[in-house]
Amino acid sequence: MREIFLRMVIGGSLVSAFAALGDIFKPKTFAGLFGAAPSVALATLALTVDTQGKLYAAIEARSMIGGALAFFVYSSCVCWLLFRYKWPALLVTLLLIPVWIVTSFGIWLAFRGETP
Amino acid sequence: MKVKASLSALKQTKWYEYATRFFIGGAITVFAGVIAKKFGPTVGGLFLAFPAIFPASATLIEKHEKQKKERAGMHAGHRGQDAAALDAVGAAMGSIGLIAFAILVWFSLTRFPTFAVLAASAMAWLVVSVCIWIASERT
Repeated sequence: MREIFLRMVIGGSLVSAFAALGDIFKPKTFAGLFGAAPSVALATLALTVDTQGKLYAAIEARSMIGGALAFFVYSSCVCWLLFRYKWPALLVTLLLIPVWIVTSFGIWLAFRGETP
Repeated sequence: MKVKASLSALKQTKWYEYATRFFIGGAITVFAGVIAKKFGPTVGGLFLAFPAIFPASATLIEKHEKQKKERAGMHAGHRGQDAAALDAVGAAMGSIGLIAFAILVWFSLTRFPTFAVLAASAMAWLVVSVCIWIASERT
């Protein structure tokens, strides 16, 4: 229970802080960099080292490379759909979440035999 | 294009919008931990780069851009969607920085102190992302 509470508070605070940085800066392409800030990763890895050890956290970081590649594919698709069809941002960003899931798990399946 | 910072932009965001970001950010951090416990670190690690806050941020940007144009007495048209699309361009560049972050943590976490590794990796994310942004502005 304590760990869940800590994850909630630390994760929420880091995500909010990076999102606020994104609000402050202009132009929008620069502010957008903070949409892909390692906020969840910083909170999770710090807590994981504490509870599971460094090797476990390092394996998580290795997998994160696949998740980050999927984020690149996802945000590129969001950008293209918004420019091309002008659909509402909430609809497009939520509709494309399966693109992130399929890409990241595709990368995971391709490399799951590799040793850390 | 020059980068500008304006703290007054923070006033545009309502308290419940900050609360939403906090809740989503906290929830996805908890979720990533639960997934790692249930399916192991290789699956859990994927979710460290989940686009957790991106849908909420893009929606807020779209809404604020529309409000700004309407306050100025202009027809907003598709300006909101265009602003959200530009935010997505930035997020795509930031995600390349995220790859640099993950590689650095993976290689150095077992060799150096945790705080130093996370701080240096966060700095690497920032440097790589900003360099890509600068390069994109020059082309």
